[in-house]
Amino acid sequence: MGRIQLKQVKKAFGDVVVIPPLDLEINDGEFVVFVGPSGCGKSTLLRLIAGLEDTTAGNIEIDGQDATGLPPAKRGLAMVFQSYALYPHMTVRKNIAFPMKMAKMPQEEQDKRIASAAAALNLTDYLDRRPGQLSGGQRQRVAIGRAIVRESAAFLFDEPLSNLDAALRVGMRMEISELHKKLDTTMIYVTHDQVEAMTMADKIVVLQAGVIEQVGSPLELYRAPRNKFVAGFIGSPKMNLLDGAEAAKHNAETIGIRPEHISMSKTEGTWQGTVGVAEHLGSDTFMHIHGIPGCDPLTVRAGGEVDVKHGDSVFLTPQPEQIHRFDKKGLRIA
Amino acid sequence: MARAVTNNRKILNTAAAWTIGLLIFFPILWTILTSFKTEATAIADPPVFLFFDWTLENYSTVMDRSNYGRFLWNSIFIAGGSTILGLIIAIPAAWSMAFVPSKRTKDILLWMLSTKMLPAVGVLYPIYLIFIKLGLLDTKFGLTIVLMLINLPIIVWMLYTYFREIPGEILEAARMDGATLKDEVLYVLTPMAVPGIASTLLLNFILAWNEAFWTLNLTAAKAAPLTAFIASYSSPEGLFYAKLSAASTMAIAPILIMGWFSQKQLVRGLTFGAVK
Amino acid sequence: MATQSSRTAARFMLAPAVVLLLGWMLVPLTMTLYFSFKRYLPLRGGDQGWIGFENYVSFVTSSAFWPSVMATLIIVGGVLVITIVFGVMLAMLLDQPMWGQGIVRILVIAPFFVMPTVSALVWKNMFMDPVNGLFAHLWKFFGAAPVEWLSQASMTSIIMIVSWQWLPFATLILLTAIQSLSSEQLEASEMDGAPFISRFIYIILPHLGRAITIVLLIQTIFLLGIFAEIFVTTQGSFGTRTLTYLIYQRVLESQNVGLGSAGGIYAVILANIIAIFLMRIVGKNLDA
Repeated sequence: MGRIQLKQVKKAFGDVVVIPPLDLEINDGEFVVFVGPSGCGKSTLLRLIAGLEDTTAGNIEIDGQDATGLPPAKRGLAMVFQSYALYPHMTVRKNIAFPMKMAKMPQEEQDKRIASAAAALNLTDYLDRRPGQLSGGQRQRVAIGRAIVRESAAFLFDEPLSNLDAALRVGMRMEISELHKKLDTTMIYVTHDQVEAMTMADKIVVLQAGVIEQVGSPLELYRAPRNKFVAGFIGSPKMNLLDGAEAAKHNAETIGIRPEHISMSKTEGTWQGTVGVAEHLGSDTFMHIHGIPGCDPLTVRAGGEVDVKHGDSVFLTPQPEQIHRFDKKGLRIA
Repeated sequence: MARAVTNNRKILNTAAAWTIGLLIFFPILWTILTSFKTEATAIADPPVFLFFDWTLENYSTVMDRSNYGRFLWNSIFIAGGSTILGLIIAIPAAWSMAFVPSKRTKDILLWMLSTKMLPAVGVLYPIYLIFIKLGLLDTKFGLTIVLMLINLPIIVWMLYTYFREIPGEILEAARMDGATLKDEVLYVLTPMAVPGIASTLLLNFILAWNEAFWTLNLTAAKAAPLTAFIASYSSPEGLFYAKLSAASTMAIAPILIMGWFSQKQLVRGLTFGAVK
Repeated sequence: MATQSSRTAARFMLAPAVVLLLGWMLVPLTMTLYFSFKRYLPLRGGDQGWIGFENYVSFVTSSAFWPSVMATLIIVGGVLVITIVFGVMLAMLLDQPMWGQGIVRILVIAPFFVMPTVSALVWKNMFMDPVNGLFAHLWKFFGAAPVEWLSQASMTSIIMIVSWQWLPFATLILLTAIQSLSSEQLEASEMDGAPFISRFIYIILPHLGRAITIVLLIQTIFLLGIFAEIFVTTQGSFGTRTLTYLIYQRVLESQNVGLGSAGGIYAVILANIIAIFLMRIVGKNLDA
C-alpha cells in the first residue's frame, strides 16, 4: 500500500514546459517532502499525483497499477489543501463523513471512524459546528480528519500550515509527524519552508524549475548537498558561498561554509572583517561580517550571547572539514 | 468613509437625507394612500393626506369588476416561468464557463451580454409575425419565451459571477473525496450556489414583472399581465384615481418588497460587474 | 482544473444558451433586414417587391425623422444629466453618517421597482393632471394657473417621469462606487491640507469616473428604448415622439413594415455603437 512511482512524468501548459520529464520513487510508509522556491513546480507535481491535473507525458503508478488515466476520485488518495477546502454548508461531522459517503460505507462504520478521528484530533466538541465557526487550527484538523477516515494509499498535503500563525504552525507540525507515526501511511507533503521539510521528512525532494535537484534524507542534504542550489536552500541561515581567490585555495570554483561552522575570535583567524548587522536573539547570535573576500556579507552563527556590535573588527576561522567545494557547473566536488 | 463626526453634522445629514428620500418616495406613498380614499376624496382640493375615511371599496371594485385575478396570474406565470426557464438553461451554461473556462469564454460572455442591447423595436415586427404564424400571439407561453430570451444574458451573467466566487479548491476536494461529477454538483456545488441562484431568481423575476414593451405589444385580453392591465387605465371613463391607485398598489406592492431585498443583486446584475 | 472529460461536458452544457441566443439574435434581425429592402404594407397591398435602399432614404428624409432624433436626444440627454448629477449628489449624501440610513436607501431605491406603466399613469393623472392633479392644486395654492404638463411641457414631463424612475439606479451604482473608495486616500489628502472641494474634484470625481461612464452607457441603452411611458401618456404627440416610438408607429400602427424595418436597423446600429464602448469596459473588468 502506498508505493508511488513517477516515470518520465512531464507537464506542460501549452508551450510552456513546467516540469521536464522526471522520475521519482516513493516507498510505502515514507514521509516525503517536496520543497523548493515559489514556482518550482512542487504543487503541480502533487496535483499530478492527485489526478487534479493531467500529465502531458509519462506514467504514474500507485501500488504497481498505472493510475495515469484515472480521475482523482478513483486513485484512492486523500488530500489536505492549503486553504483546507472544507464544505462551508456542512457541519464538521458531515465534512468528515463526506468521503465515506462517497465510498458508500455503511453508516455504522462511518460513525465509528468519525468518533475515532475526532478523538484523535480533539474535534469531538466541534462536530456539530460549521467551518465558519472554527478557528484556523481547528479547520486544519477537520481537513486532516476528512483525509484520514478513508483507507487511502497515501495522504497528500499542499502547504497545509502556511495559513497558520507561527506558534500554531510549530504545534501542528508535531501533530502531523505523530499522525504519520501512528498511521504508518505514505505522506507526501509540499512546503516552501525548509524548516518544515527538515523536521518532518524521511525523504526530501528539492525542486527547482520543475527539475529534481536532489533526493535524500534531511541530514544527507545538509551534509552533502549535490549542488550550490541545494546547498543554499537547505539550512537556515543560508550557507555562505565564496568564490574567487578563497575558493581557488581549495581547488574549487566556489566553496561553501555554513554559518554555524565558523568560529570567531577577536584576535586571530583565517579571515578578518568588520561586523555589520549583529542580531542578538539570546539563544544565538547572528553576525553579518563585511570585508571577507569572495562573500559579502558573510553570516556567522554563534551560540548564546556574544558581545559584538556594529563596527567591531573580528577574525573568522571556518572548520576545515566542513568546507563544501563546488565546480564551475555548481556541482559538488567530492 | 466612516469617521467620527460631530453630532451636528449627523443631524444635518439625517435631515437632508430623509427629506430627499421622502420626496422621492412620495409618489408611491401618495398612490398607496389614495387607494384607500373614495374617488371624491382622491381629487379633493386642498388634497387630503392622512385624515379621511379609509375604505377598501376600490380594492374590491378593481378585483371583482376587472378580472384582476387573471392579470395577476398572468404576471406571476410569465415572470416566474421565464425566470425558471432561464435558470434551467443558464445554470449549465454558467457552470461550464465558470469552471471549465476556455480561451473563448470571455468573448462568449460579452456576446451574450450584447444581445441584451438589441433594441426591441428593431425586431418587433418579425417577432410579431412569427408569433402570429405560430399562434403564440396573446398567449402566456409565447410571452414567457420572449421574456426568458431577453433576460437570459443577465441570468447567465449573474450565475457566472456567483459560481466564480465558489473556491475551486472545494470542488477539487470533493473530487479527491471520491465524488463523481453528479455528486459534486448535487452535494457541493448546488448547496453553495443556492444563495446566488436565489438572488438571480429574485432580480430577474422583478425585471420580467416590470417589462413593458413586449408585454404591451404581444398581448391582448387573454395573456395580458399587470403591465398591460394598468396601461388600459390610460384611457379611462370617468373618475378613477382611487381605483387606479388601488390597481397600481396591488401591482407594485410585491415587487417593492422583493426589490428592497435585491439592491446588491441589482448592482451586480445590471452593471455586468463593471462596478464593484 | 480542467481535464479532457470536463471540457467536452462543458461544451454540451453551454450549447442550449448559445443556440437560443444566437437564434434570438439572428432570426428576427435577418427578417427585419429582409423587410427593410422591400415595399411591404400588410394592410394596403402586401408585399410589393424589392426597392433597395429606398426605405432607408425615406426614413431619414421623412419630416418626422429629425424631430424624432431631437426628441430622443433631448429626452435621453435630459434624463442622463438629471440622474447623474443628482445621483452623484445623492450618493455622496447617503454615504455620510446619519441615522436610519437603511430606510432612506429603501425610500430612494423604490421608484426603480415600480413598473413603467404604473409610474407613468400615476404621474400623468395624480400629479400632472391640470384639473385634479397635485401639481395643479399646488399651483393654484400659489395663485398661478395650473400647467397642462403633458400638452404644454410634454418633453419636460416625460423627462421628469423617466428621471424619477432611473435616479435610484444611478444613485445605487454611484453609492456602491463611492463606498469602494478607500478612506485612507481621502484621509491622506486631508492631511495634505486639501479642502472639501478639492478632494471632491481631484479624488472622488476621478474615482467615480468609471462608475459614471458605466451608468451613462447602460442608461443610454435602456433609455433609447423607452416605450411604455410614452405609450400611456402622450402617445408620441406634442413632440415626444422618440426614434423608438417613431419606428413602433411605422411598424405596428401605420403598418409600413418596410419603412419601419429600415428604421429598426438604424436603431440597431446606433445601439451597437454604444454597446461596443460598454463591452470594452466590461471586458477589461472580466480580465481583472
